[in-house]
Amino acid sequence: MGAAESTQAFDVEAVRAQFPILRSLVHGRVPLHYLDNAATSQVPDAVLAAMRRHDETHRANVKRGVHFLAEAATDAYDAARGKVARYLNARADREVIFTSGTTGAINLVAHAFGATLKPGDEVVVSGLEHHSNLVPWQLLRDRSGIRLKFLPVTDEGRIDTGALDRVVSERCKLIAVTHVSNVTGAITDVPLIVRAARTVGARVLLDGAQRASHGPVDVQGLGVDFYAISGHKMFGPTGIGALWGRAEILSTLPPFLGGGEMIRTVTLEKSTWADIPARFEAGTPAITQAVGLGAAIDWHASVDNAAATIHTAKLAERVLDGLGAVGGKKRLDGGRLSAGRVRVIGPQTMERRFPVIAFAVDGAHPHDICQILDGHGVALRGGHHCAQPFHESRNLTGTTRASLALYNNAADVDALLTGLDDALGKLT
Amino acid sequence: MTGLDALYQKDVLKLAAQATGAGKLADATKSVTVDNPLCGDRVTFDVRIGADGTIAAVGHTVKGCVLCQASASVIGANAKGETAVTLGDARDSLRAMLKQGAAAPAGAWAALATFAAVSGHKSRHECVLLPFEAVIQAAR
Repeated sequence: MGAAESTQAFDVEAVRAQFPILRSLVHGRVPLHYLDNAATSQVPDAVLAAMRRHDETHRANVKRGVHFLAEAATDAYDAARGKVARYLNARADREVIFTSGTTGAINLVAHAFGATLKPGDEVVVSGLEHHSNLVPWQLLRDRSGIRLKFLPVTDEGRIDTGALDRVVSERCKLIAVTHVSNVTGAITDVPLIVRAARTVGARVLLDGAQRASHGPVDVQGLGVDFYAISGHKMFGPTGIGALWGRAEILSTLPPFLGGGEMIRTVTLEKSTWADIPARFEAGTPAITQAVGLGAAIDWHASVDNAAATIHTAKLAERVLDGLGAVGGKKRLDGGRLSAGRVRVIGPQTMERRFPVIAFAVDGAHPHDICQILDGHGVALRGGHHCAQPFHESRNLTGTTRASLALYNNAADVDALLTGLDDALGKLT
Repeated sequence: MTGLDALYQKDVLKLAAQATGAGKLADATKSVTVDNPLCGDRVTFDVRIGADGTIAAVGHTVKGCVLCQASASVIGANAKGETAVTLGDARDSLRAMLKQGAAAPAGAWAALATFAAVSGHKSRHECVLLPFEAVIQAAR
């Protein structure tokens, strides 16, 4: 076991043992090397068990019933909300709205906050956004007449905060950007974003989908107004996520979806709205999934996150090194990667970035690379990663992306690099 | 031959490398670009329709994977004399081979048998079918 696999503080093999899927064979013959964590992460035993236990012992609808199971389910659902609130350092549990995920959370803001905007008001996003933080604002623009403006992206693959003065005007009501890019892994300089927004009285939304899986978030410290996360990217189940918003803002917004749970009174003519968070949780929520997300947060708390961060950063450096991205000087023994054919699309070192590494290979298409790597048991993502404008700005159809989680080990990285060498041999 | 080797067999790579019909077609009757929303691949087919109503020439520009390039190359080699209807028939035969395990197309489109191994990779079906969507729309 190499230094990157285990330290005194972080035993990656002990972590891996808690994820049953990591023991599986791909195509029934090769070990799984799961490096598609930016798309979705895997789920530990503790989360699987918590969801099963909930459905076996506490399954019922929440909020309405007075029977034993209904109260137990409501308690579990509320407890999960509290866990999310503490994970994000929210001031109060009611600031957490359960959603289907980050996309659902951003759409909620685009509708509810968007309903307060007037034609000519401006929303600022960036050229680095996932489609889930672009398309909802395009739709808002089309239905309400707001103006959509864009922060450019630096050559290094970061949101260009140097353009804030030029892009953010007095008409700006919201800056909505990613916290960590799902393509380049770059961390956004949030303080500069917040400062620019406050100067003109605008709000700030962060897409936290790629950030939240790497440890607790301090929304109060960040100074933002909305924060969106996805449970399935942070070792929890699919179908659940959350929007955090400042209570004083959420309380002033109209509902997004109408239905049960979100009302105070209903007559045939009109309705009045429940307080937050219920106002934004129409219908039966994803109860078991919320319990699973809470369990994932509990599980994450059992891990030494500082050690895990060092571990994944070391692995990411190993990837960057192997790809020949570090100064263009490193090379695989006998491999083809040193020929300058592999370009990392994003920061070339681990400074101010997370272990999401997209790269382009001259003469080899991402899907072909991913297909061949799949034969090595390596799960990657190829394509535009729902960030088509960014790729087109780089004249790229797509990139190949390796994204690491705390359960990855050196064998995963080595399989990636060996498989990539094989892919280049096959394709060229 | 493993599934992966079959997918990237020499014939497929050769077709992609040949890139028959690649390039912009001057005086095209119609040009159509189609995208694969899943991966961002983009295929443009330029088609010139002759006096007899059939395809006189095609040209294609492919931003896509090897399978997409090879498929466009097959079309480039075989499209002359075809119509949107006959291309649609070939596309349907290809689709049936990929999705239902039907026999490979015969006759002029027998080269599509090269893609038989793609049938086991559902996520790649569209890579092979995308060029047909472009050329059929361009031939209408």
